[in-house]
Amino acid sequence: MKRNSLATFLMVLSIAAFSGALLRAVAPGTESAGAAAQQKTRVERGAHLVRTMGCNDCHTPWKMGPKGPEPDMSRSLTGHPSDFILPPPPPPSGPWIGHTAATNTAFAGPWGVSFTANLTPDPETGLGKWTEEMFIATMRTGRHQGKGRPVLPPMPVQILAALDDEDIKSVFAYLQSLPPVKNRVPAPIDPTEEKR
Amino acid sequence: MNRWVRAAVAALAVAWLIAIGTAMQAAVPPAAEDHQAPQRLSETGLYAAGRPGVIDPANRAFAPQYPLWSDGAAKTRWIYLPPGTAIDASDNADWAFPVGTRFWKEFSFNGKKVETRFIWHASADRWIFATYLWTEGERDALLAPGEGVPGAVEIALGKRHDIPGSNDCKACHGAKRPGPLGFNALQLSTDRDPNAIHGEPLAPGMITLATLVSERLLSPAVPELVNNPPRIHASSPRTRAVLGYFASNCGTCHNRSGETTFDGPSLKHSDLSDGDKVAADLLGFATTWQVPGQPDGASRMLSITAPDASAMLVRMQSRRPSSQMPPLGTTLRDDAAIDAITKWIAMDLSKR
Repeated sequence: MKRNSLATFLMVLSIAAFSGALLRAVAPGTESAGAAAQQKTRVERGAHLVRTMGCNDCHTPWKMGPKGPEPDMSRSLTGHPSDFILPPPPPPSGPWIGHTAATNTAFAGPWGVSFTANLTPDPETGLGKWTEEMFIATMRTGRHQGKGRPVLPPMPVQILAALDDEDIKSVFAYLQSLPPVKNRVPAPIDPTEEKR
Repeated sequence: MNRWVRAAVAALAVAWLIAIGTAMQAAVPPAAEDHQAPQRLSETGLYAAGRPGVIDPANRAFAPQYPLWSDGAAKTRWIYLPPGTAIDASDNADWAFPVGTRFWKEFSFNGKKVETRFIWHASADRWIFATYLWTEGERDALLAPGEGVPGAVEIALGKRHDIPGSNDCKACHGAKRPGPLGFNALQLSTDRDPNAIHGEPLAPGMITLATLVSERLLSPAVPELVNNPPRIHASSPRTRAVLGYFASNCGTCHNRSGETTFDGPSLKHSDLSDGDKVAADLLGFATTWQVPGQPDGASRMLSITAPDASAMLVRMQSRRPSSQMPPLGTTLRDDAAIDAITKWIAMDLSKR
């Protein structure tokens, strides 16, 4: 009897140990598959957010379509075209203090002239060298990579700062999944007169 | 029972206990702490109890040899280390401060106190950054709002100094390794640079590396910091002074921490000992920021062929938000530094 109990106990332990070992062996693959699934979910969620939050409105150059101006999706999210050289903006007139270029990618106002960024992962001209942390810091602080110059109007950083980290990570994951496009966007142009 | 069976059972039991213990540890969240910056500077521990305006002797004054440019403010700084604690100096590039450490920096313009900034290592995973705005009569200073106070005080004709918001504090003091910026081995070295731009004299009693070592406030003790104090080694005094200026004004972001995409020569205080090499690396380094008027891809951090088109100089001369460097914290450009760097390019770099 005593011998049977011991045998049963050892058998249960063996099964438990085997199950544990099996789980451990499978776990890395499961984790990897989980991470891939999470990334896929993030990319899909990010694509939805980018579509619905209007990122294409300014970061994709507009062209004249059959029904009027529309985003040129062949240049999706590539920012202000480097070959679209603009003359200085007209001076403000009365209550009209701002101007927009025909591509809807360059904006003039009291802050100077701002050009929308290339959001594709090109390492030299886009977000290719950015990390998720830099992207989150930019959205949270309204400063370039969380440390540099202010992100300029009309980028709605005040609104985007309200996104939770998971949403911002999703947007970043989607942008990083895009094909990289080389397009060096000009640096902002300062206003003629210093503010103070 | 066979001794091998007994050993196997014992091993399985231990493994089981470890697994359960690990699972339980992961399930218990860390204790939440709710530290807040006090509403008044007088409540931060800067002053001796019952003696308004008198610095508590537990708070030690210090003066970094290469001060940060802050619109020309006169600044006074103090550190408090809890009794019995020491700074973890095992990584000399990034000292780790004990919980309870506090720093203060008082800013005055034209002899009048304007703001005092406060950094407090409140718990193992939390630093608190706050700014206090001095009241009229300088009786106390009140906690500034989180968004800061733009244009708080006029410091020159038509120019006003901003009190930074909490986001601005974090922008400079780091997200990955938060903490003070001007309290490190180079800044506290006893081999002090006599040509430091805006250098301040050491007052009696101020903390230096020698103090930290002799009072066992560094752990490990690192006696070589006293025997061979940190210094920017350079063939010209101007190179040493200019790189020291870069350490405090640029190196916080322009380094290899990975917090920004900057991939040029690191200007962090701990990466400047070979000053001539850093200067050579800076010279001709292509910047992603394009200098106005320069052809695409032709912009350089420093240029001896077109010194006025050196990106560093152009951005230091600008005080416009989209191009100025450093990007925050100042309204006035630092003319003394611009002059020193212009001379450095013309008289030192051009001879290389």
